[in-house]
Amino acid sequence: MLLIRKITKSALSLFVILLLSNFSAFAAPDGQAIFKANCASCHNPLKDATGPALQGVDKRVPSKEWLYKWVKNPAAVIASGDKYANDIYNKWGKTQMTAFGALSNEEIDAVVTYVNSVKAPAAAKKDDASESDNTEEGGWLYPLITLSLLGLALILWRVNKSLRRVAATNEGLPFKKEIPFYRHKVLIALGAIVLFIGAGFFVVNGGIQMGRQQNYMPEQPIFYSHKVHAGINQINCLYCHSGAQQSKQAMIPSSNVCMNCHKGIAEYTGAAEHPLVTAEGKKIDGTAEIQKLYDYAGWDPVKKEYKRDANGNILAKPIEWVKIHNLADHVYFNHAQHTAVGQIQCQRCHGAIEEMDEVYQHSTLSMGWCVNCHRQTNVQFENNNYYSLYTKYHAELKAGKRTGVTVEDIGGLECQKCHY
Amino acid sequence: MSQKKYWKGLEELNETPEHQQVVANEFKEDLPFDISGGLLQAETPRRDFLKFLGFSTAAAMVAASCEMPVRKVIPYAIKPEDIQPGIANYYASTFVDGGDYCAVVVKTREGRPIKLDGNTKSSITGGSTSARVQAAVLNLYDKTRLRQPMANGKEETFTNIDKMVSEGLSAASGKTIYLLTSTIISPTTKEVVGKFLAKYPNAKHVTYDAISYSGMLLANSESYGKKSLPSYHFDQAKTIVSLDADFLGTWLSPIEFSKQYSAGRKVNAKHLSMSRHYQIEPTHTLSGAAADYRATCRPSELGKVAAALYALIANGTAPNLGKNLNELLNKAAADLKKGNGLVVCGSNDKNVQLVVNAINSAIGANGTTINWAVESHYKQGIDADMVNLVADMNADKVGALLMHDVNPAYDYCEADKFIAGLSKVALSVSFADRMDETAQKSKLVTPDNNWLESWGDAEPKTGYYSFMQPSIAPLFKTRSFQDSLLIWSGDSTSYQTMWSNYWTAKLGGQSAFDAALQNGVYEPATMSVGGASFAGNVSAAIAAIAAAPKASEMELVLYPTVAIGRGGSWSNNPWLQEMPDPITKATWDNYICMSPKTAKEKFDAELTSITEVEANKIQAKITWNNKEILLPIVVVPGMHNDVVAIAFGYGRDKGVGRAAASGVDKNGKLIGGKNAFPFVRFNTSSQTFDYANTAIKITPDSSRHEVAITQTHHSYEGRAIIHEYTLEEFSKDPEALLKERYAEIGHYTTKPWEHHDAPSKGYDPEMDAKFRDEGTLYPDHTEKPSHEAIHWGMSIDLNTCTGCAACVIACQAENNISVVGKTHVLKAQEMHWIRIDRYFSGNPNDPDSVQTVFQPMMCQHCDNAPCENVCPVNATSHSSEGLNQMTYNRCIGTKYCANNCPYKVRHFNWMDWNGADCFDDNLYEDGRRDDMNDDLTRMVLNPDVTVRSRGVMEKCSFCVQRLQAGKLEAKKAGEPFKGDAVKTACQQACASNSIKFGNANDPESEIYKIRHSEDKERMFYVLEQLHVLPNVNYLSKIRNADKVVAKSKDDMMVNKSKLIEKYSK
Repeated sequence: MLLIRKITKSALSLFVILLLSNFSAFAAPDGQAIFKANCASCHNPLKDATGPALQGVDKRVPSKEWLYKWVKNPAAVIASGDKYANDIYNKWGKTQMTAFGALSNEEIDAVVTYVNSVKAPAAAKKDDASESDNTEEGGWLYPLITLSLLGLALILWRVNKSLRRVAATNEGLPFKKEIPFYRHKVLIALGAIVLFIGAGFFVVNGGIQMGRQQNYMPEQPIFYSHKVHAGINQINCLYCHSGAQQSKQAMIPSSNVCMNCHKGIAEYTGAAEHPLVTAEGKKIDGTAEIQKLYDYAGWDPVKKEYKRDANGNILAKPIEWVKIHNLADHVYFNHAQHTAVGQIQCQRCHGAIEEMDEVYQHSTLSMGWCVNCHRQTNVQFENNNYYSLYTKYHAELKAGKRTGVTVEDIGGLECQKCHY
Repeated sequence: MSQKKYWKGLEELNETPEHQQVVANEFKEDLPFDISGGLLQAETPRRDFLKFLGFSTAAAMVAASCEMPVRKVIPYAIKPEDIQPGIANYYASTFVDGGDYCAVVVKTREGRPIKLDGNTKSSITGGSTSARVQAAVLNLYDKTRLRQPMANGKEETFTNIDKMVSEGLSAASGKTIYLLTSTIISPTTKEVVGKFLAKYPNAKHVTYDAISYSGMLLANSESYGKKSLPSYHFDQAKTIVSLDADFLGTWLSPIEFSKQYSAGRKVNAKHLSMSRHYQIEPTHTLSGAAADYRATCRPSELGKVAAALYALIANGTAPNLGKNLNELLNKAAADLKKGNGLVVCGSNDKNVQLVVNAINSAIGANGTTINWAVESHYKQGIDADMVNLVADMNADKVGALLMHDVNPAYDYCEADKFIAGLSKVALSVSFADRMDETAQKSKLVTPDNNWLESWGDAEPKTGYYSFMQPSIAPLFKTRSFQDSLLIWSGDSTSYQTMWSNYWTAKLGGQSAFDAALQNGVYEPATMSVGGASFAGNVSAAIAAIAAAPKASEMELVLYPTVAIGRGGSWSNNPWLQEMPDPITKATWDNYICMSPKTAKEKFDAELTSITEVEANKIQAKITWNNKEILLPIVVVPGMHNDVVAIAFGYGRDKGVGRAAASGVDKNGKLIGGKNAFPFVRFNTSSQTFDYANTAIKITPDSSRHEVAITQTHHSYEGRAIIHEYTLEEFSKDPEALLKERYAEIGHYTTKPWEHHDAPSKGYDPEMDAKFRDEGTLYPDHTEKPSHEAIHWGMSIDLNTCTGCAACVIACQAENNISVVGKTHVLKAQEMHWIRIDRYFSGNPNDPDSVQTVFQPMMCQHCDNAPCENVCPVNATSHSSEGLNQMTYNRCIGTKYCANNCPYKVRHFNWMDWNGADCFDDNLYEDGRRDDMNDDLTRMVLNPDVTVRSRGVMEKCSFCVQRLQAGKLEAKKAGEPFKGDAVKTACQQACASNSIKFGNANDPESEIYKIRHSEDKERMFYVLEQLHVLPNVNYLSKIRNADKVVAKSKDDMMVNKSKLIEKYSK
């Protein structure tokens, strides 16, 4: 009895703790999320970026009140003649921080707590690699067993046949003379059919694969690592690919967008934790790659200013990236439709982009792949008032006749949704 | 009733065996093998078979070895803030061509202008456009445009040119300096001209319009003391009498007038009044086709007609001009006297215009339908000034001549005199954008910017301003005309600065100026209306008209076409060259228009049935004053029997461009037509150019010339597809059409075993829905595409459609439609997704009886489409929104769909028109249309629409790219799609608002209202009885006349039962 009570007690307390921790998770602002949404494009917790590293910022600055004021309106603090503020302003090339008037004091505290909690990434994660290996092995097992069983059946059949022949000879019964298999008409015919089907299978499959470029990973003019930017430094995809929510094209950022951060970040300091290596195993000097960007952007890293021509135009030239995701010309694809309306994550099609040093084509981008997703994915039927036009489906949903409305249900497989 | 016979051409009317053969051979392409012994016995020569086999193997190999090329994706180096790749930007601007005006919105993608739409904020053009406005964006990318200034035929820099000009201008001090321009409607440009004239006291400004309205200007000056043009209000007019003024096609401001005119022609069962339109004209124009009453006269009679009408109104004197004209004038005069009348006249004779002014004054038009408080500035050229200038040049009195937007070496009536004079001028400067006829003869050429690259403004009417802003940086080393003039006047401010200062000051501040620039127009809230008192000498004018010299047996009318107009750079616009003329349906050429009777009797031209279908037309030679012109005869019903007509804008020099150039092509064929301007005369009594030559001689010629005419391509073989009523008939029984439809389909609105109503009982208001369900034996597969949220539908009003073809070009620009060239138009392989079928009715031998109807025809997006179920590869299918979808990448080109389409709206890519094939060296080239594939010209392509390759079928998509974009906008905003939120390109371009489009499921949409309430009595579907369930409906044509066709004994009425018998075989 005592034992049971003890267990109940601890279970209850565990439940309460869980509930509390859950509750606090709801109530307190999520420092990490706020940091990523607002700060990460210029600040890193551990390293100086466009702005200074933020870890320990609460201890550096004159007071907490000062920090709140600074975050909410840096311009006012600088204008007030505050020494600390002006020192930072001058130190960071007189680039003023964006004001975040909408952040509350609690939210700022949460960000500070988060940046202080960030630890330098050690040699992390080994575990997810082994996971995939398991599934691979399972794939071979069944054919192997099937093949050996088939072999066994063949051997047994032959043995059976020989034994019968021996038995027949012994008993003096007549038996049909066996035709060797290479002259056996049925076998030849069967063989030919199998060969034809097999060859056809490979030819058709080969044909289907024509023009597809899954896993295409070309060498780019600059070794730009998405892992460093989107993964380690947690920069939001939309910061650079700002078209993804609005336009057909997600848009490759122009070099002046890169320079928003790279005016301050002139060298790659993460080589120790994350050395850059190409797929061929060649080591890459991140700092030299940033220098390449400066050449394109027309930035003079020594003078810390843009090179300009006589008319004052920046001497920038566009970077000729190699296009990885190529759709055929007769396909119309719109990013906004999928991200803004469909609420699809980038990774669904592009793979774990935040883990790629060099980007490759993750999906097949074949029509079957598109169509399959359109068959399986539910549209944002309840959340978007656009779909209120579909009264029949709404009635069915209400009546419990259907659980969701897929893209296919609203015509997502029709030719002219993508081809025009 | 409405079953009168409509025919596209005489061949169709006469149903000759040759015509039937042409119609039967739908693709006008012989099969590559002989099937004379039946298809099963068809012989393919062994060699051909091997050739095909070899080719297909090789082709498959090539296709298979197509390696994926490495593609680059190149972002901006520094992205302009306002450009978001993939999203169009729109800029309000102003189309100005000579005095032609249209407020537009320029659609740009990634910084390239790709489409022009009307600016709905303008009260003058109100979002309407014309074919020429739609095609203007292609002129920007014209390969022939000059890329730098020229001096004596050599490339030169602006610095050197400026030096030469200022030296030349100071050297001309003893003589006169002339600035010769077309009509300028820009206030700031006038200011610049003023500065130039102030700097050089010996300078004069002459305005010269190739198509002149001097006669009106002079007549108005004498009548009202104002050398200007009033504003017309066709929408206010109850009676419109037009004496050879094609105000819907080419006269003065057709976009504005079409919009007004159609507003007065909207009629439905609840609103049973519309304007009545009388047209008297020597040729057949768009306005004549729209008219309720039409009669023809010789051009030399036009003055007499005007005088007779005046006499009838002023004194009640009965006219004496022949039966038809008398009848029409009597009726017109009676209607005009009822008030709200308007008389317009296309003559350039001062005296005729004076009589017209007198009529308008007598019927009280001034102040009601004619507004003198707001004047129009469209045309300002005074012909005598130009004639004097040419005389001065030849008399060596001209020291310098600067020419902007004029091309007298081509379009002046005595061009050789002008050219001779030009050689005597020490400093001649042309601002032409290409080495046109005049630029070639000028010493210096300083190309002006295209208007899409320019700042500017326009004041089309007093107090109505319209702004021009560049939507692209100048493509070449060109400089605006105003900047050049300012520099040469010694002014250091740039035109842009001057212009923005001018408007900031005038509009009262920067923010007002910014708002005006964004809106594109700046207009008074209401239009003030005012009259004018007539003080002209009518009797003198009538006497002058009567004293006109006697005309020759045949008279020649010279006219600008709807597409190319006066010529200019339009001649080199392949879209416009391939646009079928609204009346003649001819492309790529000019020709002699002639009435069928004259052609048959005097020129043997259409004597036999073979010559009717034969594209190789008989030619005739017209001579006058030692000038001659040899052109093919094209028969145009509705032309006066003693009149021939030739279009301007052809016979261009090769410097104008490859599409325009006239001469001999590599096959030895004559191309590009002939120049008709030399037949224009200067009328010394009226001091104006006369665009009718009444002193010509015309003789038959034995030679022939091919003319690519599309009139009987896509034939309906006489099936009744148009419904037409008089207003009276319609008022008496608005439901006549519903009954007629019920008679046709009523039988199929019930289940086969149910009781059948006799059609005579009337009609069933539910018949559309019932017919949809019961009109087929097959299980209801129309249920499958649910049409649940959206069901697209289009409605076309035949009553207001003027046939102007703006929709044709708008569609071409929006949907990257290929230009195929004359050779392939001859083979009926033109690609236009929307075509305008023009049907004549009446007696071809009596021009006054001919009535014309236009029917725009495009894919009807049938819900039970016959094309869909014959496609072996499912390349054309139906969408849940009612679209008949064409999937190019699936199409293998069997053409079964086109064979099975009852509307003949599918077009096959017979050639690789655009280099879109993956095979190299497959591109079709014919010499004239090839610039379309230049890298520069291809910038006009719409990036949202696939460029089709050889071997696939294509057709109207209801602008699906716009539908998808419109839906996406609604989704992004999280709002339900509004029924009228998307406009198709044709709808947007339409000046007469005849095309409506939207979600037919949405009770708030226009299309729903048309079909279910407003216009349900006039609505019909073409070939409805086939149960193809089209999603395009038409509204019947209503003529405000007492008969839909002249009731003569030669009336051609379709015998319906005969027709049914014929086609049920």
